[in-house]
Amino acid sequence: MSTVRIPPTLRTATGGAKAVTVPGGTVREVVAGLVTAYPGLESQLLAPDGDLNRFVNAFLNDTDIRHLEALDTRVGETDTLVLLPAMAGG
Amino acid sequence: MTTEILPIQTPTSTPSAAMPALAADGARILGMRCRNCGLGAAIGLSYVCPACFGPLEVAYDLDVVARTFTTAAIAARPTGIWRYVELLPVDAPPARSLPVGSTPLIAADRLAPALGLDRLWIKDDTRNPSLSFKDRAVAVAAARAVDFGVPALACASTGNLAGATAAAAAAVGLPAYVFIPADLEPAKVDHALAYGATVVPIEGTYDDVNRLCLEVADETGWGFVNINLRPFYAEGSKTLAYEIAESLGWRAPDAVVAPVASGAMFTRLARGFEELAELGLIEARPIRFVGGQAAGCAPVATAFERGTDVIEPVREPDTIVRSLAIGNPADGRYAVELARGSGGSVEAIDDLTTAEAIRDVARLEGIYPETAGGVTLAAAAAARRRGVIRAGDEVVALLTGNGLKTPDARTLGHGDGIARPGEPGLAPSLRPSLSAFERWLETGVA
Repeated sequence: MSTVRIPPTLRTATGGAKAVTVPGGTVREVVAGLVTAYPGLESQLLAPDGDLNRFVNAFLNDTDIRHLEALDTRVGETDTLVLLPAMAGG
Repeated sequence: MTTEILPIQTPTSTPSAAMPALAADGARILGMRCRNCGLGAAIGLSYVCPACFGPLEVAYDLDVVARTFTTAAIAARPTGIWRYVELLPVDAPPARSLPVGSTPLIAADRLAPALGLDRLWIKDDTRNPSLSFKDRAVAVAAARAVDFGVPALACASTGNLAGATAAAAAAVGLPAYVFIPADLEPAKVDHALAYGATVVPIEGTYDDVNRLCLEVADETGWGFVNINLRPFYAEGSKTLAYEIAESLGWRAPDAVVAPVASGAMFTRLARGFEELAELGLIEARPIRFVGGQAAGCAPVATAFERGTDVIEPVREPDTIVRSLAIGNPADGRYAVELARGSGGSVEAIDDLTTAEAIRDVARLEGIYPETAGGVTLAAAAAARRRGVIRAGDEVVALLTGNGLKTPDARTLGHGDGIARPGEPGLAPSLRPSLSAFERWLETGVA
């Protein structure tokens, strides 16, 4: 079970939990498991095609998954996935 | 040759009776709205749509704005960004604020031919209180931060924002926390420290800093100007458009050239001109928007060239243009759409060309911009070669930061910089003797 850290905007759907543990061997499976456990997250996290919503950035152990294998990135038991709004401005 | 400068103004932040009282006019600001799905939200320390995760923006009732926002009324107001207060997301000009804005628009008659342009204006935003355009955005964010009662002002910065946030925090009496990439230019670090900020270097890229700050903002409740205050922060950049239009006698140029980092300023420039046209203050006409990025970190320019609006993030930026080194720009998609939709472009500029452009504008116009300014001017030349900027066009280029922040950039690719007879540069140390000076002037030998 990997850990998923939940940003405040999404915590209503997780009952206020800042972090939850979710099964899954890839980022795709972890996100799917998250949405299954907390269905209220689906519209915020997923695009209609099943990919991550373009306004969501996912970081596995602090690395943007787009620099890894994207949704197919392998996730280990001790890994931490962080979901954050796509927001950057210098 | 005379150099035309429009207008030379003495910035002031002193409120006056000419400023409209807007605090009681609750209808002017409608609230916040998601740019993606349109869902409304109340004004507050929030920046993400609770429904779709899209960015929240401030919405105005332009009919209410139009009641007091007239060219005559604006002309009677003090200089500075608050003269456009009806289109800023504050109830009234803040009691304390640095004197931001009202920077001059300068006719760059000597530089224009060097760039292949016929008519060029420089919007000289190197002159703001902390020497960059970021003062505009931060002034608005800081005003809201005070309203919201946040315990500290903070930012994730590529450099210019560090100084702007630290200075604004000092002005409003808040502690400042500035997060930067650990290898940022020393001049920018010193600048933020001078204002009493706590500067936190992070071992990583700007995007690493930004990711960390998203989490810090959530956990601390600090007001991060470019994160949880971003809907207000972004609005400050619109004042560049208002000032350009006002300086030109309430009209728009044919093309505007600006640097692109996150894309927030670039897109808000367009929004500013659109608002003025909707309000009837300027004629509604096409403006081509040209963006400049450093070739070593050009996710937006790459998307433009590829004909897509999907931004592929750059993991390891490799450029001297640190102020534009955002590999994962939040408004990148919107910046591409703006450039493409307006008939403009986004140009990728290599560092040597950037350094040469800095030297050119300093040498020919007496204005010394930081690296992003070099990128912008080189982008104007590139857009002219591409045909996006045409013969006879009136072009406005934004120089958004001061060259004193990036002193090493000026000398890149410029030889040894030593003065010789007929060649400017740094002369050797001479004895305080007229004969010694005359000998050196004639022979180049000390």
